[in-house]
Amino acid sequence: MSLVNLFAVQGAVLAAATLLIAWRTGEGHLYFSAALTIALKVVCLPWLLHRLIRRLGVYWDTEPLLNLSGTMLIGIVVVVFAFGLAQPITDLASTAMRNAIGIAVAVVLLAFLMMITRRKAMSQVIGFLAMENGLFFGAMSATYGMPMIVELGVALDVLVAVLVLGVFFFQIREQFDSLDLHHLERLSEHR
Amino acid sequence: MIALAFLLGLPAAGAILLAFWGARRHAPEINAAFSLGTFLAAGALTLRVIGHGSVLLWREQFFIDAFNVFLVALTALVGLTTSLFSRPYMRVEVAHERITPGRLRLYHSMYQLFMLAMLLALTTNNMGLLWVAMEGATLSTVLLVTLYRTPQSLEAGWKYFILCGVGIAQALFGTILLYFAAERVLGAQGVTALLWTHLDAVKSQLEPTVLSLAFVFLLVGYGTKVGLAPLHSWLPDAHAEGPTPISAVLSGLLLNVALYAVVRCKVLVEGSLRSALPSRMLMGFGLLSVVIAAFLLVRQRDIKRLFAYSSIEHMGLATFAFGLSGPVATFAALLHMTVHSLTKSSIFFTVGHAAQKAGSQVMDDIRGLITLSPTVGWGLMLGTLAILGLPPFGVFASEFLILTTAMREQPWAIPILLLALGVAFAAIFGRVQSMVFGDTQGRRLPHAPALLPVFAHLAIVLVLGLYIPPYLAEWYRAAAHLIGGH
Repeated sequence: MSLVNLFAVQGAVLAAATLLIAWRTGEGHLYFSAALTIALKVVCLPWLLHRLIRRLGVYWDTEPLLNLSGTMLIGIVVVVFAFGLAQPITDLASTAMRNAIGIAVAVVLLAFLMMITRRKAMSQVIGFLAMENGLFFGAMSATYGMPMIVELGVALDVLVAVLVLGVFFFQIREQFDSLDLHHLERLSEHR
Repeated sequence: MIALAFLLGLPAAGAILLAFWGARRHAPEINAAFSLGTFLAAGALTLRVIGHGSVLLWREQFFIDAFNVFLVALTALVGLTTSLFSRPYMRVEVAHERITPGRLRLYHSMYQLFMLAMLLALTTNNMGLLWVAMEGATLSTVLLVTLYRTPQSLEAGWKYFILCGVGIAQALFGTILLYFAAERVLGAQGVTALLWTHLDAVKSQLEPTVLSLAFVFLLVGYGTKVGLAPLHSWLPDAHAEGPTPISAVLSGLLLNVALYAVVRCKVLVEGSLRSALPSRMLMGFGLLSVVIAAFLLVRQRDIKRLFAYSSIEHMGLATFAFGLSGPVATFAALLHMTVHSLTKSSIFFTVGHAAQKAGSQVMDDIRGLITLSPTVGWGLMLGTLAILGLPPFGVFASEFLILTTAMREQPWAIPILLLALGVAFAAIFGRVQSMVFGDTQGRRLPHAPALLPVFAHLAIVLVLGLYIPPYLAEWYRAAAHLIGGH
């Protein structure tokens, strides 16, 4: 399954979790927030990214810097660290989902790991978006989401970021005929 | 209220209008006219805050006090002068065929959008909106950094986007933690729990463990945008590869706005922790940036990279001064932000024209500016002397204040600071001297450069160094009192 579809699935799970909390707590604005998640992260962004991939003709060969088992081992360490980091917040939280805060932090850090270990521009972007998903889930489990105006603002920023990236990818392609980021390593301190 | 509506409405309207008209013959003038309107609105708002004290507007969503109104005025002023500078500069770039006329549409529209994002970040009372506006400021400049579409500019733009994106994601996590702590005190309504004024009122009741965790993330996140070492690597690339007006506003304004965000957070966290931890972190990051920037300065060959590293150094110094706390150090930090912003943007104006005349940004190719164009040559020389902290310019006054305060409070930092400032002095002065004097093979430009902004900025910096008018000093003092404590 391609990364974009995985990202869409992550968005769907996020929306489902939001709906569950909305139903459990009766907080009206969470229904809206779930609708926003579905519209943006399950439909709109994956569609944009798929379109971009088709137009650019890039194919999915993940070309990680580290081998698979190495990445898995680091991932395990990262998850343990994430739960440790989340412990003080979990202790203080009074929400129904406070135990999930550790998962949210883990998602953020794993997305970060993905951005570090992948070479392709597209994988880095998905990592970036997954990180935002993790943060959103964290806000949901710790405080039942941020105020509506902030959530709308963040959603707008994410959408604009993907549009800007779309333009950006075309520019990179025009220059290098590839989306591999090793082309983008020429600026050094000595230039 | 009306002034604020104009302050934010004009750049928004300008961005939309220029998205359609940005490539027309008079688009640079339209751009400058919108910037002038924004500046007048900022002036009106400033007068009102000086006269009546701080104000809360639009259901408390906007908050303007002595601290941010001075940054609003500075941002609008440099926005105006940069738009005046960019008028002939971008025409020359089109004439030299470095960009197509059509691309000016993107440039002008994004310029106004960038101003809007920064002004929104400065005036908003909502910590969440502050985050949204900071991210907006990055997004609106990514495509400006890549305006020339060279491989180097694409690399710089990508680095800028990813590093600042990751950084700003940390800041979002910090904001979520802040909201989490605030909600326990201010109630679950969620309406007021992110408003800075409300948080400030209850800051002593906020949970210290959560706030210290939040501060780490906020400092790393917004600190990336300030260009604090070790998260600074996007900054020289973005400054060197984008068009020069953008280098001027990135260096002169965006870094200030990001530092503003850090200081707002620091006030809250310090109130909750009642310890010097946030101050120590600011001092540490600030000092590290000063040192790293000074030693990287020596190795630069590109003139815009040289001054980009100098920006890292000066932002590090301002951050260090905020970390020193206390009214005098905070006063010095605010003064330093002002004079650095004015001086550095005027340097970038002259550097832009110098690079156009030489046809290159490599310092070895730029020679004899003074014979080629005395005003550009002297502008660069004076700007350099000012930024290096020579008296009687304002940077000298602020650096002197910072150093004397540090001598009293943190004497161990003095040798490190003096060494770094000395290294930076030698590196920059030697380079600039050989560019300004000597023989030349530069060319004439098809449009006369706009040098009024350069000398206007330097004149203000000079005045601030010789004599700070009483009302301005009062204003800085009020701001320093708001953030620096007692």
